[in-house]
Amino acid sequence: MASPEPTDQETIARLYRGIARIRRVEERVAAIYPTDKIKSPIHLSIGQEAVAVGICEALRADDTVSGTYRGHATYLAKGGDLNAMLAEMYGKVSGCARGKGGSMHLVGLEQGILGCSAVVGSNVPVAAGYALALKRRGRGQMVACFYGDGASEEGGVYETLNFAALHKLPILFVCENNFLAIHEPLNRRWAADRLTERVATFGMPAQRITSGDIFEIRTAAAEAVAAIRAGAGPVFLECHTYRWREHVGPAEDYAAGYRDRADLEAWQAKDQVARLAALLPEDARQTIDAAIAAEIDAAVRFAEDSPFPALEELYDHVYA
Amino acid sequence: MSTPDPKPRSLRYVDALREAVAQEMRRDPEVFVFGLDVDDHRAIQGSTQGLLEEFGADRCFTTPLSEDAMTGVAIGAAMAGMRPIHVHIRMDFLMLCMNQLVNMAAKAHYMYGGSVKVPMVVRSMIGKSWGQGAQHSQGLHAMFMHVPGLKVVAPSNAYDAKGCLIAAIRDDNPVIFMEHRLLYPTEAEVPEEDFTVPFGKARQMLRGTDITIVGISNMAQECLRAASLLADLGVSVDLIDPVSLLPLDMETILASARRTRRLLVVDNAWVSAGAGGEIAAQAAEHLGGEGPLTVRRLGFAPTTCPTTPTLEAAFYPNPTSIAQAAYRMVGGDPAWTPDPAQAQLAYQQVFKGPF
Repeated sequence: MASPEPTDQETIARLYRGIARIRRVEERVAAIYPTDKIKSPIHLSIGQEAVAVGICEALRADDTVSGTYRGHATYLAKGGDLNAMLAEMYGKVSGCARGKGGSMHLVGLEQGILGCSAVVGSNVPVAAGYALALKRRGRGQMVACFYGDGASEEGGVYETLNFAALHKLPILFVCENNFLAIHEPLNRRWAADRLTERVATFGMPAQRITSGDIFEIRTAAAEAVAAIRAGAGPVFLECHTYRWREHVGPAEDYAAGYRDRADLEAWQAKDQVARLAALLPEDARQTIDAAIAAEIDAAVRFAEDSPFPALEELYDHVYA
Repeated sequence: MSTPDPKPRSLRYVDALREAVAQEMRRDPEVFVFGLDVDDHRAIQGSTQGLLEEFGADRCFTTPLSEDAMTGVAIGAAMAGMRPIHVHIRMDFLMLCMNQLVNMAAKAHYMYGGSVKVPMVVRSMIGKSWGQGAQHSQGLHAMFMHVPGLKVVAPSNAYDAKGCLIAAIRDDNPVIFMEHRLLYPTEAEVPEEDFTVPFGKARQMLRGTDITIVGISNMAQECLRAASLLADLGVSVDLIDPVSLLPLDMETILASARRTRRLLVVDNAWVSAGAGGEIAAQAAEHLGGEGPLTVRRLGFAPTTCPTTPTLEAAFYPNPTSIAQAAYRMVGGDPAWTPDPAQAQLAYQQVFKGPF
């Protein structure tokens, strides 16, 4: 499918800022990680930013997202607080979960971030329950629920797809298909590469986007969101993407032998960060880059300067 | 807790459950009930009868056979501020929900730094008899007692059933609400107005001096019958129903065992790694240094529940086995056996009370 024409400079700048900000944050996290200041398993989204940014572009501020343990991009794309995110990874009390959740449990109810879960696919039914409540409230709000191709193998995800379609819930299911579940490639896990068709049989529109093109993702999301808000029920998007780094940790792992560097190079050739950067005038891009760098510097300082939680907090929040 | 009803009336356990939910649904529009067959004509043995008619299909609806996802749906709705009651006709189906209950419901408030709450109720029923067998006769509360963040309650009578269910609905945490099928037709005095029975406060069912017996869920009623057999022998039983197992009111149990120095825990579940073991261990930790303490546990036989009546009868503790164990603990004749007619199971008799 041909990519839709890039739109106005203002939109391109906004998309570039969103996608480059995630890339630079994660690169900084990867650089800090070997110092052991971040003692939380990190699952970097580097290479996958276009999906989160393209989808969240179509959402309203009062919509909600539900993310996976690889949720940094989702969190930032939906307006998550960067200071709170880095402080959370440092285990500081100023983190978005007071340091008790870490990298895999980012949350921000004020920004419409329902939380991320380390147990694969377990966020999906919870997102549907939230969508059920939003439907009852009748304010036109909706949920975008992200999950990976690995989660698509979990039974609870299929249970949820059926229930969401049955009740016409206002939810956009987004499968970020990076072809890898931990270290298992798709052809060792799927008998047939027909995920989108499988989901369609539950009775919801389902579309596959293979290009990784942020404009194509954004356009598809906008159409899906319009249909969902009109009351048509859930929509499913399978977005192909690629994880440049290892499953957990800051490094590359192509020497491990479970995937081919040629796949990385093919995806890097269509890197959406570089593409958007090239669509901007040089001075405009530099201004954005400088602002991102300054914001990240400040967030790292905030995280490092924040205190750890008091010991009494160990027992706080077990019960509401 | 509100003022007791000036004109007590007798109500069945099943009707107490239904009344509690209906009253809370009238009071709070965020309360809804869902689960397989809750809006069926049989309506979970009648415990959800009439809710569809009064509150409509938006607030009382059935589900696909998707227990794990439906638990997640309850969690998500609860996070959004609703108060779901997720009903399972049998406790055994909770095994299909373990991921959502343990990994999400129990932990969300904590792992998100207190920024979300999960005010949901999971109702489920323990089965027994009529040959229900291996997969429909389990008391699985110990599995849930192990997990911080959940609350576990197992009322043994209609009064507590109503008060605990209202408390569970109003609680801001996930509550596992365990019912016992054999308790459904039993009656007790239950106020008509709404009231709560707080969690973490055991119910003193009998006051006595010779032995402390703790009876869990339906076993509280079997222990009541056993206590009457023991009374004929001059043995005075201090009988305690914990009501809620997480939180667990050890203070009441310890205060009693401190006086009697004998503690028998009768569980409606297997003994190994169970609620009885937890209660016994806490008693030993707190009272063991003060002097002699005799502790014993009773529960299901360490096997799978059979369907054939003769073997099934041997699987469960009963008034005879409870009374015999207690009698031996107080130094009575080890060969004593009660009159079988007097030792009928509590559910085989017309049960009224204790409230």
